[in-house]
Amino acid sequence: MSPLSRREFVAAGVAAGAGLIIGFYLPHGGESKQESFSPNAYLRIAPDNKVTIVVARSEMGQGVRTALPMILAEELEADWKQIEIEQAGASTLFGDQTTGGSASIRTTWDPMRKAGATAREMLISAAAVAWGVPRSSCVAESGRIKHSASGRSLGYGELAGRAALLPIPADVPLKQSKDYKIVGQRVARLDSPAKVKGEAVFGIDFALPGMNFAVLARCPTIGGKVSGFDDKESKKISGVSYVGKIGDSAVAVVADSVWGAMEGRRVLNIAWDDGQNKDLNTASVTAALKQAASKKAASIYSVGDPAKVSGRKISAEYSLPFMAHAPMEPGNCTANFSGTRCELWAPTQVPQDCRDSVAQAVSLDPDQVKVNVTLMGGGFGRRLEHDYAVEAALVSKVINAPVKVIWTREDDMRFSTYRPASLHQLSATLDGSGFPIALTHRLIAPSISGQKGQPTPGNVDPDLPDEAGPVYGLPNYAIEYVMAEIPVPLGWMRSVYALQAAFALESFIDELAVAVAKDPLKYRLHLLEKDQDLQYFTNTWKTARMRGVLQLATEKAGWDKPLPAGRFRGIACFGCFATYMAEVVEISMEGGPTENAQPRVHRVVAAVDCGQVVNPSILEQQIQGGIVYALANALRAKITIEKGRVVQGNFDDYAPLRMDETPVVEVYAVPSTEAPTGIGEPSVPPLAPALCNAIYAATKKRVRALPILS
Amino acid sequence: MADTTLRVNGNEKRVSVSPETPLLWVLRDTLALTGTKFGCGAGLCGACTVHVDGSAIRSCSTPVSQVAGKSVTTIEGLSANGLHVLQQAWIAEEVPQCGYCQTGQIMTAAALLSKTPNPTDDQITQAMNGNLCRCGTYERIRKAIHRAAGGGAR
Repeated sequence: MSPLSRREFVAAGVAAGAGLIIGFYLPHGGESKQESFSPNAYLRIAPDNKVTIVVARSEMGQGVRTALPMILAEELEADWKQIEIEQAGASTLFGDQTTGGSASIRTTWDPMRKAGATAREMLISAAAVAWGVPRSSCVAESGRIKHSASGRSLGYGELAGRAALLPIPADVPLKQSKDYKIVGQRVARLDSPAKVKGEAVFGIDFALPGMNFAVLARCPTIGGKVSGFDDKESKKISGVSYVGKIGDSAVAVVADSVWGAMEGRRVLNIAWDDGQNKDLNTASVTAALKQAASKKAASIYSVGDPAKVSGRKISAEYSLPFMAHAPMEPGNCTANFSGTRCELWAPTQVPQDCRDSVAQAVSLDPDQVKVNVTLMGGGFGRRLEHDYAVEAALVSKVINAPVKVIWTREDDMRFSTYRPASLHQLSATLDGSGFPIALTHRLIAPSISGQKGQPTPGNVDPDLPDEAGPVYGLPNYAIEYVMAEIPVPLGWMRSVYALQAAFALESFIDELAVAVAKDPLKYRLHLLEKDQDLQYFTNTWKTARMRGVLQLATEKAGWDKPLPAGRFRGIACFGCFATYMAEVVEISMEGGPTENAQPRVHRVVAAVDCGQVVNPSILEQQIQGGIVYALANALRAKITIEKGRVVQGNFDDYAPLRMDETPVVEVYAVPSTEAPTGIGEPSVPPLAPALCNAIYAATKKRVRALPILS
Repeated sequence: MADTTLRVNGNEKRVSVSPETPLLWVLRDTLALTGTKFGCGAGLCGACTVHVDGSAIRSCSTPVSQVAGKSVTTIEGLSANGLHVLQQAWIAEEVPQCGYCQTGQIMTAAALLSKTPNPTDDQITQAMNGNLCRCGTYERIRKAIHRAAGGGAR
């Protein structure tokens, strides 16, 4: 698989931002016969003024097909109405195309701006030459170059042929944020009309002439295999054309319709070899985490020495279960293998990984595999895997025909890769005023990357640097990680380890405040009152920015004002993917009295500092959606294992949030001109601790294990 | 295999599939109307919602034999040009994120508005609660339904 971990990919992408502009240059000038202008792989300007912007990240709902073009169009001084977008498939022109780690804006901010600015400067030059006037007397505006002294102007399309003949400037000026006309605006998403008309083509909707359909029966026991199968009944189902093993652990049923394939699988008789995990269950996972807790930990953050500090000691332990992404569109992929080529239409967050894995699986070179990226019905990290693409390619190869592999909901739930279960041991030493002068957070969890065979330098999961950093500037502070070994398949799920880390830390801070009878907001603000830069791997967390989101959220929530009778609230803050987030959750306890009471969340006030906001409407979508997703995780999400098998199967026993449980979510962004940071995931982690802190305020009962309604 | 005749978006269609085939797969695979989505296959998520004789039903759990002779409306047939008042409201309120569940959401909302032209918040919640959205667009869905019902934002 990939030689670099996902974390390193993201880091490399950020670091390489400046260099990418050279890497993505296309052979230049060759297209001038068509008089279109394409100074780099992100952009084409046609003589008819059509501006095509290529999006090299995957759209799974987070708005990249609108937000990334906005960044380029801003620098291009384009007329937004003339913009069309094109989705890039797996390519060598764009660097790493992984869509994850809340990184699409972060990693393309510089390349997209430079791509637009380069084209703008060349169009200005082309006009200046055409008119025989100095460049400095020409300006770019709304898709035209204008010469105000003479009142002349030329559209970008008219200049395309001339611009294409000019040398590409190495260094171009970028706009100041105060001059932005597109970035920062509530520009309507380009993909909405097709999505409300039912015209949007998701992976599951893609069709080829003569395409077959396949579903796979996979061994329900983790790590088990097929020992034999009888396809007599399957072959009686109308339309079933093929039944055969795919790899060691699955049998594919191919038919001329999805329903035929499903029916063929329903009556298929398979004998499984359960393998070594047949006794694995949730209790043994919990025991494995507890046992790992005593192992030597790797230090991931260390300031001072908590062991040498004396004072009042408080400690607590928190735990979280496995969770499943459960995107609305189940796994699927269409493949057409034809001997020396394999073409895929994949709803994927990792087109390049799909290409490479498929090439290996069907014995082709990567450049013989073409990956087209379709729309995705949600991703949440599930489509960072490429299992569905490999399956589709293998089936297509064996039947020598195009095929679409479809997973059912039960397949998606039971054969997913899960958010790692984790255990957290926290301890603090308080000074005479009740504030921690030392804090230790020991995070015990299996490693996602480690399980996939990717590097884990220093026994540290490579995702932790983005997701488990410090929040407070304490004089003695240790964050430690113990890598547990658990065979349950693991995956990156929205906010990854930040959900676990924030739940433990921000619940614990609340416990400390309660223990010394202090207001949880004032307590946190005291811990953040000094301006400090907290260095954590390659990130620098600024206490001032965290203080800023806490103050904004609590001001908007009316923290100082009394709540109506029966209402309670909690607060939490956390930073991940370079973004700062604070949330105030307002609840009542329903269905009381006492023991049976359940929290009902009425309102969540979220404040974010993610640097420059590219599109406020999409920002709100991401935060509202992240909070709804996080609330489902906090209340109910729990994947359990019995006899080596995942128990949950559909939306009845793994129940997402519905409209009746959805709170009003208010979103406020700290005004900023800093470079933009991640926004897809950071709203997720603070929700559970803020909610559990509200539950404590209501009931004086501390939730130390998720989910809340277990 | 058997022939079943049904009306889909106003046109008579004769399909040759086994009678227990869910309507969902007849729409998607046989008639190439892919705006109706597969989400759970068990009537739990509403992504497959279509109208049968004007009522919202779950096409994943409805055998095609049950709709023989009936009139089926899918998202593709909700309006002539894709500009049903709900579809306009969905765009105006910027509801869709991934968009996968939204056609089912719109079909459920359309059935609601046809019977309850000016629904209250509670009526909206009751009608829409069977439709899941993992992107968490529920509050914007609520606003869009109010907008469509009232002819403006609320």
